[in-house]
Amino acid sequence: MKKIEAIIKPFKLEEVKDALSDLGIEGMTVTEVKGFGRQKGHTEIYRGSEYTVDFLPKIKIEIVVADSALEGAVAAIVKTAKTGKIGDGKVFVLPVENAVRIRTDETGDKAV
Amino acid sequence: MKKKTTSVLRLLAAVASLAILGAVTSTLHAEDAVPAPTPIAFADAPLKAQTAYLQAALTNGDPTATNIAPVAIAGHTAWMMISAALVLLMTLPGLALFYGGLVRSKNVLSILAMCLGITGLVTIIWWAVGYSLVFGTNFASPYIGGTEFFFLKGIDSAPNTSYAYWIPQNVFCIFQLTFAIITPALIFGATAERLKFTALMAFVGLWMFLVYFPLAHMVWGATGLMNGVWNADAKIPAIDFAGGTVVHMSSGWSALILCLLLGKRVGHGKEPMPPHSLVLTMIGTGLLWVGWYGFNAGSALAADSIAANAFLTTTIATAIAAFVWPLLEFMLKGKPSVLGMCSGAVAGLVVITPAAGFVDSTGAAIIGVVAGVVPYFAVTVLKGIFKYDDALDTFGIHGVGGTVGALITGVLVNPAVNGNLVSDAYAAKNGLKAAIESHSLLVAQAKAAGITIALAVIGTLIITIIVKLVIGLRPSVEAEHQGLDITDHGEEGYNH
Repeated sequence: MKKIEAIIKPFKLEEVKDALSDLGIEGMTVTEVKGFGRQKGHTEIYRGSEYTVDFLPKIKIEIVVADSALEGAVAAIVKTAKTGKIGDGKVFVLPVENAVRIRTDETGDKAV
Repeated sequence: MKKKTTSVLRLLAAVASLAILGAVTSTLHAEDAVPAPTPIAFADAPLKAQTAYLQAALTNGDPTATNIAPVAIAGHTAWMMISAALVLLMTLPGLALFYGGLVRSKNVLSILAMCLGITGLVTIIWWAVGYSLVFGTNFASPYIGGTEFFFLKGIDSAPNTSYAYWIPQNVFCIFQLTFAIITPALIFGATAERLKFTALMAFVGLWMFLVYFPLAHMVWGATGLMNGVWNADAKIPAIDFAGGTVVHMSSGWSALILCLLLGKRVGHGKEPMPPHSLVLTMIGTGLLWVGWYGFNAGSALAADSIAANAFLTTTIATAIAAFVWPLLEFMLKGKPSVLGMCSGAVAGLVVITPAAGFVDSTGAAIIGVVAGVVPYFAVTVLKGIFKYDDALDTFGIHGVGGTVGALITGVLVNPAVNGNLVSDAYAAKNGLKAAIESHSLLVAQAKAAGITIALAVIGTLIITIIVKLVIGLRPSVEAEHQGLDITDHGEEGYNH
């Protein structure tokens, strides 16, 4: 089992979700986050006051998949979230020890 | 807590003693009343007098020669009741939303509380003594009104012909009250996010007596020092149609002094303090603009040709300023901002205020351009040079804009749009007519502006020192970090 954490551009969420659904991935957790990498922020001016906004809005997708589904899922995210411009985001893969479906007590791959 | 209560009581006592002092002085200045001829009833008057009377009623003219007592006329009264409601709309919720959107979300309620709190406090003072101190005349003083209308004694639906022939005095009183409400409320844009609510209310209570009532009487009172249009004995024949000096200069210059004495917000210049909702600010701007028609066109005190002209000039100047300000941003910074459009609109409204009933549409267009340019540089450049924390730019827009408006009115004045500027009854006697005809009105306007600045600056200095000693001005640094909504009012603007 692996956990995929993907930080993507907000407007790409629908496309990524549809691509993952097509692969049979049945659930995900999505969070609105702010952060920065190589992409620069922007300047906001309110009358005489200028503020540099470093943190840009991004979407974080978290999904846990069986090892067999990992490669396809990561490839689908990278393919659909790509615009080719700076700020497209990153995908992280982490090992997961176990999972439990609360309703049924199922564990491991059956639970995700 | 107990100490605080005593301090507030002490302040109230000071206010009360001021009022008593006024009452005592009044008896010393008792004026000899000139006996007027007994008025005749309309039905008993000759046909010629009746016709003249009706024409005067329809055109907001002077019916004195007919010897028939003026009464409240439907059209004028309807417009003035609407105007009074429109001016209240400028504060509630116009200014509340305009300022409320510009602060951080943790302080939005402190702005709403300020607007509502001032509405209550000023109405009480206005009812008790305020109206009388501005529009009374029994002190026969150029500086302050009188005692005859204390507790609105004798104020009913009959007109007070010293001010308007055809509208009820109770409507006139409420119309003027709405000006007295918005004026102090403007000040606290400069001090936003860092002035305790108790200190704010105490400041307003004293400021009305030391600054607003004397100034409003000097400019609009029948015996006022600077009331060029309606006081034949005015020493300074200046003109201020709807409150460039009384409302905008007084609040703007007071705001500068108060924000200097108060100090900067914690973290000012180090952490970002962007407006929390420019959407609210835009809604507030729209309400201010619409409400301002009551402010400016209503200041004709009738539904007449002068009101119509003020309606036109207000629209032209405001729309142009709302266009010029973002145009400057576009040229100098690259992007025309919504806040720039809102700021330009308010600046246009401020600068046209003293001129609205005295200039023509060309004058209004010139004023629109000036209003888009001068306050723009006041808030973007001047504030940066002197590094004062005028949080929401009360000084930059109202102080600077009001001063520019007071002066430019003296240059662009056009008696063709307002015959009162050259009337034989007043303007010919106090020198206003001569000043306009010799194109030297700017001198009187500059004197009026100077007196306004002096009164606002000195009055605010004294009041701020008193309030600082008795109550204290600022919340603790921790409270300021947390936000005034929770620390002063025990609630939050947004629970989600």
